[in-house]
Order: sequence, then C-alpha cells, then structure tokens
Amino acid sequence: MAKQISTFERRKERLDRGIKARTEGLYAISSWREVSYLLAPRAGLIIILFLLPLVVPGLYWQRVLALAGVYALLALSFDFLAERVGLVCIGGAFMIGVGGYISGALNYYLMLPVFLTIPIGTLGGALICTLLWVPCLPLRGIYFAVVTFMFPFLTQSIILAGNLFEGTEGLSPIKGFPNTWIAVYLIVILILLSIFGLRRLCGEDIGVVFAGVKDNDQAVFASGINVTRVKIYALYIASLIGCFAGTFVAHFSGFVGVSLFAVDFSIMPIAACIMGGPGTMAGPVLGAFILAPLSELLRGFGQLRVVLYCLVLVGFILFKPEGLLSWATRKYHQIEHWVKV
Amino acid sequence: MHRFIKEVTSVEVFIYGVVNGMTFVLWAVGFSFVYGISRLPNFAHGALYVVTGFITWSFINSAGLPHWLSIILSLIIVSFAGVAIYQFVMIRVRGMPISEIIVSFAIALAILEGLRLQGIGGFKGFIGPGYVLPPFVNGVVETRWVTIDLQRLLIIAAGLLLLGFMWLFTHYHKVGLALRAMAQNERAALMLGINSDRMANIALGIGSALAGLSAIAVMPLGNVNCESGYSVLTNAIAVCVIGGLGSWVGTILAALILGLATTTMSALGGTMWNSVLVFGLIILILVVKPSGLFGQQKELEERV
Amino acid sequence: MGEQKEAIIKVRNLSKSFGGVKALNNVSFDLLEGEVFGIIGPNGSGKTTLVNTITGFVKPESGEVFFKNIKLTGLPHYKIADLGVTRTFQVVRPFLSLRSFKNLIVPLWSSRARRFAGSRGGDRDAVAIDLLEEVGFERDAYVPYKLASALPLGYLKRLELARCLALRPEVIICDEVFSGLSMSEIASMVPLIERLRTRGVTLMMVEHRLRELFSVADKVIVMNFGEKLAEGVPEQVMQDEKVRRAYLGEEIKL
Repeated sequence: MAKQISTFERRKERLDRGIKARTEGLYAISSWREVSYLLAPRAGLIIILFLLPLVVPGLYWQRVLALAGVYALLALSFDFLAERVGLVCIGGAFMIGVGGYISGALNYYLMLPVFLTIPIGTLGGALICTLLWVPCLPLRGIYFAVVTFMFPFLTQSIILAGNLFEGTEGLSPIKGFPNTWIAVYLIVILILLSIFGLRRLCGEDIGVVFAGVKDNDQAVFASGINVTRVKIYALYIASLIGCFAGTFVAHFSGFVGVSLFAVDFSIMPIAACIMGGPGTMAGPVLGAFILAPLSELLRGFGQLRVVLYCLVLVGFILFKPEGLLSWATRKYHQIEHWVKV
Repeated sequence: MHRFIKEVTSVEVFIYGVVNGMTFVLWAVGFSFVYGISRLPNFAHGALYVVTGFITWSFINSAGLPHWLSIILSLIIVSFAGVAIYQFVMIRVRGMPISEIIVSFAIALAILEGLRLQGIGGFKGFIGPGYVLPPFVNGVVETRWVTIDLQRLLIIAAGLLLLGFMWLFTHYHKVGLALRAMAQNERAALMLGINSDRMANIALGIGSALAGLSAIAVMPLGNVNCESGYSVLTNAIAVCVIGGLGSWVGTILAALILGLATTTMSALGGTMWNSVLVFGLIILILVVKPSGLFGQQKELEERV
Repeated sequence: MGEQKEAIIKVRNLSKSFGGVKALNNVSFDLLEGEVFGIIGPNGSGKTTLVNTITGFVKPESGEVFFKNIKLTGLPHYKIADLGVTRTFQVVRPFLSLRSFKNLIVPLWSSRARRFAGSRGGDRDAVAIDLLEEVGFERDAYVPYKLASALPLGYLKRLELARCLALRPEVIICDEVFSGLSMSEIASMVPLIERLRTRGVTLMMVEHRLRELFSVADKVIVMNFGEKLAEGVPEQVMQDEKVRRAYLGEEIKL
C-alpha cells in the first residue's frame, strides 16, 4: 500500500453550512452527524426537563417546579394566541380561576375524584372561557387585550361581593395528587404534549389560516372564511391549556380561592413569553422555568420579585424582543467547527 | 323596596354622587389627555398618582416644607417622571399598542410594588393607613339637605376648571392644537413640522402633572396608599372607555354616571359591588359600543 | 342567435353616505352572466364604495343587490364570498408573512373551496401551486415559493386574482387590477383576464386605464359623484356628452 501523505485543508465552517439545503425548518441532510447537530439541543432540552424533578433538592423545590410548569402552560397559551393567531389575550388569571373553581367545586361539593375533576374542569372551563370571550372577539387588538385583562378582576369582585363559593375563605381542603412526583411529571408531560401539539397544529393548513388571521384578517374574510369562528377555535384550544393549569393549581395547592385570579397569573406568562422567545413555543416555557424559580429565590425580599420581573419584562421588550431562545438558536447556528475540505 | 327608592332619590346621595363624579373626572383627565390626544396608553397613570401623594407627604412631613411648596415641587417631579418614562422606555415601543400597554403597566407595577418594599437599604416601605395629606381648606358647608365639606366642593370646582382649561388649551393654544393634530393624523402633522416625539413628551408631562394634581386634590379625602394606584387606573380607563375618547363632554358625562352609580351602590349597602359595577360597565361598553357613548375617534371602518 | 344571458347580479337603487358625503346615489344596473363589465369614473365617484357595498364590506343605506335571486345586502362579507362573489382589493392585501403558495392555502381551506374540492382536495399545497402557475407564476423559477413580501406588484395583483380563483368563483369583482403596473405587466395581465372569461367567470372591473379596459370589456358604466352617468358599449359611452364633461370638464368662455 503506497504511503500517501494526505494533505487536506481545514477551514472553519458554520454548523448548518454542512447541511445541504435548509428552508423554513426543512433540512436536507447527509449524515447522522448533521442530524445530531440539529437534534441534540432539542433532545437535550427535553431531557433536562425530564430530569429536573429528580435533581432538584427537596420537596420545596419540586413544588416550585410544579408552579413553574403552571406558568409555562400559561405562557404557552399566551404565545400561541398572541404570536400565531394575533389575539393578545391577557386573561391568564381568568383561565386559572375558572378551571380551578370548577374542578375545586366539583371535588368539594360533589366529592368527585381527581381524575374526573381535572378533565371536566379543563373541558368545561375552556368552554366557559371561550363562550364568555366570544362577544369580545370583534374588538381590535388593544381593546381585546384590555377587556380580557379586566375579566379576572370582575370575576373576583363578583365572587367576593356575592360571597359565592365561600367568598374570601375559599374552598378547602381540596383533594390533591397521590404524591408530588405524579403531579410534577403530569405537568411536564402536559407541557411537552402542548408544545408538540401546538407546533403540529400550526404546521397544518389551519395553522396557515391562523397566520393569515394574524397578518390580515380582511383578506381572510374575503376568502370566504368566518374569521370569528377561526378565532373561537384558537381561543378554545388555548383555554384548554389554561384551564388545565387552573385545575392543576387547585389540586396541587389543595385550596381554591380568589387568589386564583391573581394578576400574577396574567402578567408572569407575558414576561416569560417575551423573555424566552415569543413565537417559538419552547421559548416561553424556558422563560417560565427561569422566572419562576428566580422569583421564589427572591420571595424573602417581599415585593421585590414583582418589581424584578416587571423590570425584566421591560428590559426584554426594549432591548431584546426576540427573546432568549431565538437568540440562543441564532448563536448556536453561528458556532463554527473545523471541517475537512 | 321603599328604602331602595328612598335611597336612590335622596338629595344627599345625588350631591355626593356628583362630587364622586367630579373625582372621576379628575382621575380621568390625565389619562384621557394622554391617550385621547396623543394615542399613548399610559398605564403608569395610577402609579404616578400614588407617587405624587407620597412625595408630597414626604416633603411635608420629612422635610418640613410648607404645603404649597411641596405641592409645586412634587408636581414638577412627577411631570419629569412621566417625561422620563416616555423618553427612555415608551419611545422604543411607540406604535405597537400592546407593547406600550404592557411596558407602562409593568413600570406601574414596579413602582407600586416597589413602594411597598421594606428593608432594602434602610428604605421603609409605605405600608399602612398612616399617611394623610392635609386638605386645602378646612370646614364644612351646611345646606338644607346635606352637610358637605369644603374640600369636596373644591373638587367639583377643580374638576370643572381643569376640564375648561384643557378644552381651551387643546382648541386655542398652539401646542394643544399640535397635539390634537398628531392624534388625528400623525403623518400629516409630521409633514407640517410637528415633532412627534417632542409632542409626546409634552403630552406625557402634562398628563403626569394632571395625575399629580388629582392626587393632591382627592387624597386628602382619604389616605395615601398603594392600592389606590390600581383603582385609580381602572376608574380612569372606565371613564375613557364609557365616555369615549376625544370628547370632553363624554368624559364629564361618563364620570357623572360612574360617580352617581357608585355612590348609589354604596348607599344601598354594597360597597363591595362597586368594583363589579365598574368592571362590568367597562366590559359592557367595550363589547356593545367600543367607541364609547360619545366617542369621536371611532375605529375608522376598515378602508378597503 | 345567442340565448338571452341571465342577469347574474342585479343592483337596485343602491345608496350610501359617509357623514355628509353621498358616496352612492341610487345606482342600479345588471351584470349579465359571463360578461366583462367595466366601471369607470373620476376619482371619488364612488366606484370602490360600490364594490364594497356589493361584496358586503360596507352596509348600504338603501337599495338591494341580488345574486341569482339571493339577496346579498345584509349578508356578511365572508358569506357573500362563500356564495361565489369574490373581490380583489385596490391596495393589494396578500399575507405578507407567508409564502406565495401558502397564501392560497387560506382560501382553499374555506368551506366553499372544500365543497368544490374534488379528489385532490387533501393536498392543498399542490393545488395552490397549480393555481399559481395558471395565473402566471413561473414554477421553474420557484416563484411560488417566494415570500409574498418579496413579490413585485404585478405578481401580487395576480396573487389577488388567484386568491379569488381558489374559491371557484362565479363572479370576480376586480378593484383596479391594472393600476400601478408597468406596460409589460399590463400586457401580461390582459390575456389572463381573457383566460378567466373563457373559463366562464363573470368579471366586474373597476378601472382607470381605459384603453386596456375597453379591449376586454363588453359593457361599461360611468360613475360620477356617486351617480350612474351612462351605461353601454365602450365606444358609445365615450361619445356621451355627460361623460365627456365629467372627465374633461366644460369649456370656459372667457
């Protein structure tokens, strides 16, 4: 065998240059190595999400994780509605409250078990939320946002003034989950299902219609489609996620009260969404899992945590509206590695 | 039932309702001016209101300054605060209404919750009912039907004066007209040499000063606290939504309606239902007639 | 001897004011099936308001519009499109954030398109690309895959027409399709209009470019200040005194 001095040149090449063709998320790739470049970060994030409950120290932090999961679900539903359908709905607290109260009341008054109250609370709650928001749908963007923001306050006032559902005391105790592990993993699975489900939905033809509604709804009307009906579909789907989060909070904390309508639940998902990367679905989840533990850490400082995530929100809107995940994805694709020529 | 009718039609309730309505006017003028004239939803309005109260209180009590001086100083400070909010924050999200709302509300939250902080660097938070601003005038007026304190009468006068002044300002003064021009058609205004950002700065400065003014007039009736920041904002929004933007007549009427309604509600024994009333009315009007009862700046029909 | 063509759209006494301005004043005419019908007139004569009223984007004060004996006035705009009366917009409204062929997925998703879908209904992407090719998007140059925001005006106007075609319309109301186009772009638009007519689509075209319009139109009405001034064959209408005065003004005797 002749001894050849193989001379080859090396040059720096970006990670995705090796990929033969890339358009809108469709990749034509030629090797397992390139597949791994794309899959690794995504799989990595999913694995981290699964391992988190195992590695956090102690029950307290598992509870924090569960709460972060709730915020993640809310952020997902906000992101879906705002970025994919063009409906800015700041009513996260309303969804939590409705879902929580329905499943809590079912458990408290009718003694229904958890595995029944959660589905009923989710489906029924979503139905109620959608029905109540339908009259607001013809409103232009800003007014719709303001109205949905007012809903939780209105409901809170009605419950307190009318002393419904035990008024200020709330319903308690509500039966909880058999153990924290089940609860935490339930929410992790729901988060993953929602991310993948919503992404798939937006890839289908109806997702294109959603994008059309966001872009230019007069043209969608002129195409023979009733935009209000399309918005109702989107609202229902988003409310399903939100109300499930509500039922989760009710059973996880064992208590149902007007605190479910706290403005926290409306503002935090927006902060998480904008910080994490609006439009990417996974970004808001990331944002929630960063902001929730952060605000727990600062709980000792009292109201400082509210100040903090408001400042974070403002900072990101002003300076980095693309969000963390989009920024990280961009930077990841700009990583260079040596490649044989 | 008998009692209901008696309460609802009593003169006392009516007069207090009118006073209440004027309070709503004071609260709403600042917000309506900034949003109706300059199209900037300044959700930090409530926060600026509360901040004025606390600054004035600090000047009077901690610094020992005379009443009138504290007022003037705090009004100046809060004007600059409003301008700062625009110049550093809102200017970057100008044109995207949702972001404007979110950003200004986040600042409001930060301010209001920040004022409640305790123990950071020796800053003792403003918690508790102990902060009271002295009223301008002491004394009461006794009429045949009802006893009413002078401060409340002052509020009515102040409200009317303020509205009259704002109307004159926006109709006859160069700057006021420029602001109205900007609201109606920003491009045309720009072409005429009206500097959009400078106008917005002025608008926000005036709007914040108005918020401060309302604080100084109204707060002596109760006390200075952080919770009122949210309710003032809600009430201001309610007046603007119900009355419609761009219409001073609408503002007065909506404020009177709200004032009378809430006073009647309280008289009937349900102060708790007041917020239900306010929120319910906001939602109702937004759904049924989004441009408000007297709105002039209607959402133009989509020009296809 | 050709059979008497049916009036597919009947407009009767349509009136509409905005504030104090009377945009439409008692306008009536018939649109016969299969014909190309032009609507001309100076700016502000109410042409676009007429289109908006017929297609349901604006509610008229009085008067009625019938499509094959179905009353259109009072129906919402998406319902009218669903019945088969489609329109293009004077200022084009594509979905700028989507690719060109994805733009057509939206009308193809509508219930009308689904009713007429046939066996290929499932694969909307393929149907969309075929549709674009029909209106002149060169498939080999991958034009259908371009983002709509990257298309020049000529293609955008054709995209508007394709959007209407996706609904298998009976009537297309074109609002100034030729405006803003260069001569070569217009030259390729006119055959497209002809092609549409041979497919059996009835066209109502609001236009400013009279020469091109007259080369395709069967009948024309002239509007001015919201009123119908004249109706008839193009050459005949241009001879009309009133029409001349509206476009060219009167002689001033000094």
